[in-house]
Amino acid sequence: MERLESLLRAAFPDARELAVTDRTGTGDHFQVVVASPLFAGLSLVDQHRLVYDALAEPLADGTIHELRIKTKGSE
Amino acid sequence: MELKERIQQVIADEPVTLFMKGTPQMIMCGNSLRALEALRQAGAPVTTVDILPDPAIRQELSAVSGWPTIPQVFIRGELIGGADITEELAESGELEQKLADALGLDYRNGRAEKTVELA
Repeated sequence: MERLESLLRAAFPDARELAVTDRTGTGDHFQVVVASPLFAGLSLVDQHRLVYDALAEPLADGTIHELRIKTKGSE
Repeated sequence: MELKERIQQVIADEPVTLFMKGTPQMIMCGNSLRALEALRQAGAPVTTVDILPDPAIRQELSAVSGWPTIPQVFIRGELIGGADITEELAESGELEQKLADALGLDYRNGRAEKTVELA
């Protein structure tokens, strides 16, 4: 969880909100919430792509079995 | 035809495509269920494709879409997103709007759910 959070922090240094939750307590089903100015003007697909890019490594190596994403742009 | 071309053809030809784990009769993943329910709630004429029979389907699909996870939803060739986005758009009413824009206002009167097999 710390690893995911630091990857997200690195990708979204200006995030107003950044949270990683282990949804099932098993260390492989995660919910992430990111509110970042980087999302402004982007479609939800492109916003989620940025999150996937940030977490490409744990997604590829199987650390993340399931990922739920909630992104927020400018309020 | 190559698998990749068949995937591209389904995405382009079907009004609404849901690549999922399992079939509507036997859903193998909670997120595939969430996406299917969101599409049903919006009245979408869904075509489902089970990616489980052959791991190559998922690999080729992600190469085509640039989207790493399953499920994946397309409307008339355009990637809408995974379960989270599809749910979010269904709740806000944007999914119905997208369907009406892409398929016409009477999209709800289209055909019933359909399944396409790629393997």
